[in-house]
Amino acid sequence: MEVMTEKKIERKGPVLFSPYKRGEGIKAALKLKRNDILFEVKEAGLKGRGGAGFPTSAKWMLTAAAKSDKKYIVCNADEGEPGTFKDRVLLLEYPELVFEGMVIAGYTVGSDQGIVYLRGEYEYMLSSLEDYLKEMKKDNLLGDKILGTDFNFNINIHLGSGAYVCGEETALIESLEGHRGEPRNRPPYPVNTGFMGCPTVVNNVETLSSVPHIITKSGEWFKKHGTDKSTGSKLFSVSGDCNKPGVYELPWGTTIKELLKLVEAKDTKAVQVGGASGVCVPVNQFDRKLGFEDLATGGSIMIFNKKRDMLKVLKNFMEFFVEESCGQCTPCRIGNVKLLEGTEMIEKGTHTFKYINTLKELGKTMQVASKCGLGQSSPNSFISILDNFKEEIFSSGRNGGDKK
Amino acid sequence: MLLEEKNSLSEEIEKYVNEYGNNRAALMPILQAVQRNHNYVSDFAQQEVARMLDIHPVEVYSVISFYSFLHSKPRGRNIVRLCRTIACDMVGKDAVEKAVTRELGIGFGETTKDGKITLEFTNCLGMCDQGPAMIVNERVFVKLDPEKAINILNEIK
Ligand SMILES: Cc1cc2nc3c(=O)[nH]c(=O)nc-3n(C[C@H](O)[C@H](O)[C@H](O)COP(=O)(O)O)c2cc1C
Ligand code: SF4
Repeated sequence: MEVMTEKKIERKGPVLFSPYKRGEGIKAALKLKRNDILFEVKEAGLKGRGGAGFPTSAKWMLTAAAKSDKKYIVCNADEGEPGTFKDRVLLLEYPELVFEGMVIAGYTVGSDQGIVYLRGEYEYMLSSLEDYLKEMKKDNLLGDKILGTDFNFNINIHLGSGAYVCGEETALIESLEGHRGEPRNRPPYPVNTGFMGCPTVVNNVETLSSVPHIITKSGEWFKKHGTDKSTGSKLFSVSGDCNKPGVYELPWGTTIKELLKLVEAKDTKAVQVGGASGVCVPVNQFDRKLGFEDLATGGSIMIFNKKRDMLKVLKNFMEFFVEESCGQCTPCRIGNVKLLEGTEMIEKGTHTFKYINTLKELGKTMQVASKCGLGQSSPNSFISILDNFKEEIFSSGRNGGDKK
Repeated sequence: MLLEEKNSLSEEIEKYVNEYGNNRAALMPILQAVQRNHNYVSDFAQQEVARMLDIHPVEVYSVISFYSFLHSKPRGRNIVRLCRTIACDMVGKDAVEKAVTRELGIGFGETTKDGKITLEFTNCLGMCDQGPAMIVNERVFVKLDPEKAINILNEIK
């Protein structure tokens, strides 16, 4: 395989990157009763790493309880949030964790079919991942009668075709079914009505990768790390103005300040947490903690130093949303265009404060009236950047500006 | 299109249908396979896929038009996509962008006259720690500067 990238794990923490022998998790899981696995995952307090933070045990229990001959385990490897690349590293360097997490999920909820939805941009990984699956089959970690038990499980990889919204779980399912990736109304949730109408678990790559560790080392062990409500560790994808960009495994509860020190960032004025759909945190809030209690995130951390032009950052994000909105519902389809236009007005100096305030109100409407998470979260950047950097943006001529 | 070409395209699509299945869920893998081989999915290919999957051609077109990696119009033999997300922007995407447009004499969204290269922007490639990044067909290149990017383009056949 030709991958021109570098290995980029800057910090291996004690949870996800703790020692693990291939096959260990499946072996341990198949000796347990399904309810014991559910109990262990619940005990661990594992929450979804894809951004929404839904408790994984609850998702699995609902799927396990749903009555159906066919159930599916979907691994969400669409990783499209700007600034996120930790799933890339897991897939390339720790495929055993991802795939074994899927097998264990399948065993637990009674599914025999797993599907990896791999974003089109990651096509270069496809052949190595497929080779890996073949090896697992050879070792009887996949396929029929896994490790001599009655449990069968197979995994297919489905490639995406360049659409950010397909990371949203119902859009992902639409896409898997051969349709446009347009999010569905929820409920019904995929745990009841998912792929082909069957109960389906959709989990992020990192969520699934945590499972083999929980099974082999216990939920008790997992929750020793992190905080009460955010147990375990988190992979952060760090980019922007710092000396050491890359993937960091850190305990939940780490503050922005601590993180900045670790990645050797200097003269930082802003940190965008959670990608384009996240929020922009200014210096006076760097004591805030990363975790579900405060700054929840799928792991994207983008750092901006004092030379950067925050309006340019905002414009880049708004262009992203205008391009990636599926166009299905009006608040998001039209709203994002209006927010981008507003950003351009500020850039040209043709805005009025009255209009900008109207746009902020529009943003709040989008947060409640949009059909899916894309339109609900796209105004976050607009509101937080204009609020937190208003002096730079409105008071100093056009603004600060990173003049190249 | 010549009759012969049509026949061979039909045969090719039939092969994909046999491989991926003749159901709706096979639509994306089939279109991706056609796209990989021809760099776009022609009207005729769309009709053939629709016929074999027993769905309306408009359904096929509507799927193609949704996804940024699928195309219904002819394109260059190689697709070069430069990441436009802010992380790549901060580390020199503009310089790379200017260099490649100068060198190829085309803008983004355009194809060279010899049909060799189509230039495009794309959103985050997941290489933010190693930008600027671009993908050429499905291969990814990171830490670009103008010279490196031009060398890569020159090696494309
Ligand atoms: C616009 C949008 C894009 C998303 N993209 C991703 C993604 O790339 N990867 C992911 O795991 N979850 C993504 N999600 C969240 C999924 O909908 C879903 O919550 C998640 O896959 C559930 O897995 P988890 O519980 O393990 O986090 C996205 C959500 C939205 C609204
Ligand atoms: S919020 Fe945006 S992306 Fe989501 S369904 Fe509505 S238009 Fe589509």
